[in-house]
Amino acid sequence: MKPTVNISPKEDFINLYLDNLDLITENSSGVLNAVRQSALENFKLLGFPGLKNEKYKYMKVEAFFTGDYEKYFTPKRITFNVDDIFRCDIPSLDTHLALTLNGFYLSNPHPISEFENGVIVGSLAEAAKKYPNVVGKYYNSLSGNDADDGLVALNTAFAQDGVFIYIPKGVRVDKPVQIINLLMSDEQQLVQYRNLIIAEEGSQVEIAICDHTLSPEKFLSNVVTEIFTNGNASIDLVCMQNQHNDTAQFTHIFGQQEKDSKLVTNTISLHGGTIRNNINILLNGEGSESHTYGLSLVDRTQHVDMYSFIEHAKPNCTSFEQYKAILDDQATGAFNGRILVRKDAQKTQAFQSNNNLLLTADARMFTKPQLEIYADDVKCSHGATVGQLDLEAKFYMQSRGISEREAKLLLMFGFAHDVVGHIKIEALRDRIDELVNKRLRGELSRCHNCPMHCY
Amino acid sequence: MLSIKNLHAGINGNKILNGINLEVKAGETHAIMGPNGSGKSTLSAVLAGRDIFEVTQGEITFNGKNIFDMSPEQRSREGLFLSFQYPVEIPGVSMVNFMKTAINEHRKYKGLEPLSASDFLKLMRDRKELVEIDAALTNRAVNEGFSGGEKKRNEIFQMAMLEPKLSILDETDSGLDIDALRIVANGVNKLKRPDNATIVITHYQRLLDYIIPDFVHILYNGRIVKTGGKELALELEEKGYDWIKNTEESESNL
Ligand SMILES: Nc1ncnc2c1ncn2[C@@H]1O[C@H](COP(=O)(O)OP(=O)(O)OP(=O)(O)O)[C@@H](O)[C@H]1O
Ligand SMILES: [Mg+2]
Repeated sequence: MKPTVNISPKEDFINLYLDNLDLITENSSGVLNAVRQSALENFKLLGFPGLKNEKYKYMKVEAFFTGDYEKYFTPKRITFNVDDIFRCDIPSLDTHLALTLNGFYLSNPHPISEFENGVIVGSLAEAAKKYPNVVGKYYNSLSGNDADDGLVALNTAFAQDGVFIYIPKGVRVDKPVQIINLLMSDEQQLVQYRNLIIAEEGSQVEIAICDHTLSPEKFLSNVVTEIFTNGNASIDLVCMQNQHNDTAQFTHIFGQQEKDSKLVTNTISLHGGTIRNNINILLNGEGSESHTYGLSLVDRTQHVDMYSFIEHAKPNCTSFEQYKAILDDQATGAFNGRILVRKDAQKTQAFQSNNNLLLTADARMFTKPQLEIYADDVKCSHGATVGQLDLEAKFYMQSRGISEREAKLLLMFGFAHDVVGHIKIEALRDRIDELVNKRLRGELSRCHNCPMHCY
Repeated sequence: MLSIKNLHAGINGNKILNGINLEVKAGETHAIMGPNGSGKSTLSAVLAGRDIFEVTQGEITFNGKNIFDMSPEQRSREGLFLSFQYPVEIPGVSMVNFMKTAINEHRKYKGLEPLSASDFLKLMRDRKELVEIDAALTNRAVNEGFSGGEKKRNEIFQMAMLEPKLSILDETDSGLDIDALRIVANGVNKLKRPDNATIVITHYQRLLDYIIPDFVHILYNGRIVKTGGKELALELEEKGYDWIKNTEESESNL
């Protein structure tokens, strides 16, 4: 009999890596494999973020990774037609659609598509084979610099696939690209995938990423997305998180912006057990503009944790940040918004706001702005509020015949719409408004899109 | 239509209304005047159902029903309307959404189907003309960033949409420019019918040149101390509140 040794979750993952390295590399490709080992070394150093890590003050990260999750290093061969079980509920939204299942790109029928205008949408592993120079130039160039988040290193060590989007110079993509990430399994599962989005000079694209669970099992996701907005390019990204209450989701977005570029991200957390969203934006070219928006609707015992880091490295850049959360029941949330203005980043304008609505006395929200300014000619503002529904406004509506419940819903909806309103794609904005409305009314149980209506 | 008997009300143990009696019948227009802090807005708020005020004594019936048995929204659906002295800004809630919800709740109460989108827009257009409200305003969030006068005009627009039986206009004239005052007053007059009634609360005789009251009441220290015809407003304008205060004091000295 083997002696039982108490090994830490960190060692567990290191062993998992070593035991499966062949499978991992075999089902991935060159560029991704090339940085694996150094990422593992990094993870060995960093481990899981502990409570001492300012960034993760309100989460016991390691506890999530000790669960008994299955880990697959080969894509599941599925025999069903995805279209049959999953129908996108945004009918007026005409998109270039891409799907992943448990972190692997679903070839439909091709692993990668190159459109006439040179736009590429497909599997990241496949892209790394077909376009090693492009993928090699960008892959892990941002996430690799993250020196304090072991979860990012862990993802890089294990990531095998995900979505690759490439917009060539000067191309303005006519219709949005939509990525739907599906989780479906009959065992509880861990997924760690990776997305890479590149917009070359002067290009423009709108992207919607939707995360859904299609089966009631527990899921744990640790996902990294790198986004490159080159000179004069513009990217509009909407992330819709709609997973069931037994999931834990860690997302890390890294965005880099060059001269006169614009990057807008809007993360709508409709549902999920525990959600941790990290966003890191580097304003690396003069005149660039970043917009970071987030909306979380949290109830029961859910926890949503948001971290943003906006780094102004060059002069004349502007950043806008708006995060809002509505917390019901015993739900908890945290927002930590860090803005760094480097010495050379004169004429920076940085605005941050975080407003939260607590619907019960038990709900709790922690909010913390963190401004570090080393330039002298800057305009920065930040503000945070944690409050209840405006009773005067509620009474005003009631005095017009609107029931108390409806008045509350209208107020919550209005509060949320402030964020949703920033979504540029009209059909998507309307649809998300509708989903938010349903969610607030309690009509949206877990995965609205799923005809199976599982947990 | 409205009957108030010996109403006493206050807030946090402080008495504001000290025994108000008022009868309003269909077809009538009543004006309530009175110095700042005399309790005019408190009376309106109690009528509309604002629960921060405690009613300690008295009865109010509206359409023969005990008003205290009704929630604010029920009172509205029964035909009570309050034009707020300070209309509330509601960021994020569009005028259209707000009005549509209100109209349809009223219709549901009457057992009617919700209005179709096109009928609703037609109604909006029609009522906007009546109070000459800028179309751009109704495309915005409720009162958000509206000027003082625009807010008041918006109150009358809502009144025109809901066609109440009893309207209480709490200083709707304050903040309106001369033209707006005439337009708003005309709007109120056009909405006047033999089966509805209006209570106008104002500090200025000027409004009463447009909206001609059948009765003028003077509220002082939470009580109606004098009631008369429209000439009472003129007298008050001439003599000021000292006249009332002096009579009050001499009465209580008796
Ligand atoms: N929410 C409140 N909390 C505490 N006191 C209040 C509150 N509302 C009203 N009061 C007090 O009640 C009294 C009457 O106020 P009210 O607003 O009814 O006066 P008003 O007659 O409408 O005056 P104005 O002509 O200035 O509008 C005032 O002394 C006021 O300070
Ligand atoms: Mg008043």
